[in-house]
Amino acid sequence: MGREPNYLELSLFSVMWSEHCGYKNSRPLLRRFPNEGARVLQGPGENAGVVEVGDGWALAFKMESHNHPSAVEPYEGAATGVGGIIRDILAMGARPVALLDSLRFGPLEEERNRYLFREVVRGIGGYGNAVGVPTVGGEVEFSPAYSGNPLVNAMCVGLIRVNDLMRSRATGVGNAVVLLGSKTGRDGIHGATFASDELTEESESKRSNVQVGDPFAEKMLIECCLELLRQDLLVSLQDLGAAGITSSASEMAASGGVGIDIEVEKVPRRETGMEPWEVMISESQERMLTVVEPEKVDEALALAKKYGIGGTVVGSVAGHGDLRVVEDGEVAGTVSAEHLADAPVYEREVVRPAYLDEVQKFNVAEIPEPEDYNEVLLKMLSHPNLRSRRSIYRQYDHEVGTSTVVAPGADAAVMRIKGTKRGFAVTTDGRGRHCYLDPRGGGAATVAEAYRNLSCVGAEPVAVTDCLNFGSPEKPDGYYQLAECVEGMAQACEALGTPVVSGNVSLFNETDRGPIYPTPTVGMVGVFEDVGWHATSAFKREGDMVVVFDGKIGPRDDSLLAGSEYLEIVHGRVAGAPPKPDLAAEKRASDLVREMIRSGLIDTAHDLSGGGKLVALAEMAMDGGIGLRYDETEVEAMRKYGHRLEILLGEKGAGFLIAFPEDRWNEVQEVLGGFAYDSIGYTGGDRFRIGDLVDLSLDELRDAYDQDLFGIPGEAVGGSEAVG
Amino acid sequence: MGGGLVRIGVTIFPGSNCDRDALYAVGRMGAEPVELWHAEADLKRVDAVIVPGGFSYGDYLRPGAIARFAAVMGPLEGFAAEGGPVIGVCNGFQVLCEAHLLPGALLQNTHMRFVCDRVRVRVEATNTPWTAGCEGGEELTLPVAHNEGNFFADAETLARLEDEDRVVLRYLENPNGSANDIAGVCNEGRNVVGIMPHPERVSDPALGSEEGLKILRSVLVGAGV
Repeated sequence: MGREPNYLELSLFSVMWSEHCGYKNSRPLLRRFPNEGARVLQGPGENAGVVEVGDGWALAFKMESHNHPSAVEPYEGAATGVGGIIRDILAMGARPVALLDSLRFGPLEEERNRYLFREVVRGIGGYGNAVGVPTVGGEVEFSPAYSGNPLVNAMCVGLIRVNDLMRSRATGVGNAVVLLGSKTGRDGIHGATFASDELTEESESKRSNVQVGDPFAEKMLIECCLELLRQDLLVSLQDLGAAGITSSASEMAASGGVGIDIEVEKVPRRETGMEPWEVMISESQERMLTVVEPEKVDEALALAKKYGIGGTVVGSVAGHGDLRVVEDGEVAGTVSAEHLADAPVYEREVVRPAYLDEVQKFNVAEIPEPEDYNEVLLKMLSHPNLRSRRSIYRQYDHEVGTSTVVAPGADAAVMRIKGTKRGFAVTTDGRGRHCYLDPRGGGAATVAEAYRNLSCVGAEPVAVTDCLNFGSPEKPDGYYQLAECVEGMAQACEALGTPVVSGNVSLFNETDRGPIYPTPTVGMVGVFEDVGWHATSAFKREGDMVVVFDGKIGPRDDSLLAGSEYLEIVHGRVAGAPPKPDLAAEKRASDLVREMIRSGLIDTAHDLSGGGKLVALAEMAMDGGIGLRYDETEVEAMRKYGHRLEILLGEKGAGFLIAFPEDRWNEVQEVLGGFAYDSIGYTGGDRFRIGDLVDLSLDELRDAYDQDLFGIPGEAVGGSEAVG
Repeated sequence: MGGGLVRIGVTIFPGSNCDRDALYAVGRMGAEPVELWHAEADLKRVDAVIVPGGFSYGDYLRPGAIARFAAVMGPLEGFAAEGGPVIGVCNGFQVLCEAHLLPGALLQNTHMRFVCDRVRVRVEATNTPWTAGCEGGEELTLPVAHNEGNFFADAETLARLEDEDRVVLRYLENPNGSANDIAGVCNEGRNVVGIMPHPERVSDPALGSEEGLKILRSVLVGAGV
């Protein structure tokens, strides 16, 4: 700038050049992601990505992390994470219609982790339920790697007419800059900088850096903004998130190639004595910044009044290209908007960490066959990583909006678009353990899993948003994990044709216990031409044929058990090099299952994932309330070849279980063609039976699976039904 | 009712969030949906009113406590006093209790958690405008989604409600600790009904069930349509 910046100006750079806002370490890597596709209307660079659905409809969606705030103040951290992502979607002009949350916590045996888990779930519900956007899906996993550093990634999907898409770029010198929503306070000052540091003992003292959410104010803000847009009163719209007015105004100015003057004394405040820099970087929630033509200002402010929210002209669009902060007519600070929005970039060397060779050592011969498969299955179904999520999603309103076709608990949420036959499906997935054991393979497998989840409800996968949750990129191991996971994800997105259209990066997820597992989470959206043709995993009828298609499995293949749920839950080991994802097979298998659903051949499908075939089959039986009889000759073959463990509990991806009436068998075989498949049994009765290996009643399965996740491990647990 | 469609109003308070769902369901009923904005003391000649769910005024103070003072409540109370059919769903039930159009109160769920689920209920009384289309004793599966759905009234009031056949819906699986498993009640005049379950959420085959329309369409039966 050619001079020493003053304190205000330094504050602006401090927040804007934090990793959270500036992506200093991740930007060069993110260029690897494909972000173009036939349906993509808006790729990265706006508040959210947008894809076309058909019939003039589009979906805006994005996922964002709120890990650090949730670690110190879990209720408000999670709640404001939900509020923030909703405003990103609103900024595109879309009505938010679906929320999902991807969560990670340390083991529930630790009291602090139980507290974080309980309060994060309460925070998500407390905000989402009140604001009236259904929480329709998500996922959660528990591992010591997340103790003290939970991951809270919130995703929102919004619905909009293609022609009504809004952008954030400020235009029209002389236009008014209008701040809508709540008053500005000292909450969330330097939140973005805090989010870009490691968590330490002192983090607790940063509780005051965490913002406080007000879903009622957000609800009114949503309705007000949507009406402002309907009446064509806005030139541009931008949410206020990390780094507050500074970030919003400089981004709006930079993308419009203009400047913005903020008259800081006009910003309505909820406390006295605030300095200009505090006003400029406050992260007070439930605010939006808009650009309005002068002759429409009165009308816009009247609408704000109708909805009972604040509406104040706080500045104007200027021709000078700077973000200029003016206080009582005096310039308090000036920085180039472009410069502010353009943080420096660090490129680092990618060096394979030594730990990988250590953890990948694994000899399947060390793993004896279980003596009692009944016991193994029950143990796995009751483990928090595989247990029913019902006790979580029962606390979320997942039906408001009356568009939820398939409720939480399925492979993906299915939503309809009112007034059309169309619909969409959405899923979030992450594979932290896999990414830890093999960053590149895990990155690709994460995308493939989301692709399978959409496919087995019958939706055509379209595009991806992601949260890249990693440790410190300033440490070689951390940077390697980040670079390799991104590479794997990029390869999978290319191979599967699902471009990345939005996302966010959360680095420095480390505590004194070390870094988290590298955990990129993927939110993927798919579309239906006719949402009536969807499938679920529940067995539907007695006597249906059950078929698996997942390629051939050879005897005693090390890699199938490597990094599996079985290995961690039953043997307490996180080890091995999991199978490399076969992206061509993933695509082929998913295409086949979608084709069968679309043509009405099948209505029951489930992908193979954590816990392998054994857990997947048990879930299908429990969901449908119908048992299973595994084919005796198949059981005999497994015994003969000595690979029962791999077949039943191995995890390799690229596979599905389907069920259908037997008279469709010829047609199913025709579709499957050369893809390896096995007919493995029939649905029916109320027992889950695999030869002499497993014989359990559905009630026994449910007693293990349906336990409340909010109980104290080891103590008497009830179902989530219990009242009183 | 004239020759046109039956007009059914849906009140919209700041923080209502099932208002649009209710308006959509009114369309599915085959009636004409009419928005009733909280700040306007005007019922716009509607034939019946739905007070929808949500978090009116953020549920600040107590659910429903502030909404009862909204401008639209004046004419609504007059309409109810004259026997006009009114149904409060979820937060709407809470609003009608706070406005003393219905007895009792809705306390926090005994398990202290928000509950969103589908529950089985039994229709206990069919002599109200909102259950006239149901069979007595009929079992329905309806969605619930609330944090304060635990119906409470003193012993005397409860006894009266039972004696006077004013328990309209009863849970077969109680999701919130509600007294006598009460899911819905009506006023003495039987024209004002409050229920915790959301009939508008099961009013469309695309969502797997139309059982809610049995309740909502009842008002058309009562209206002689």
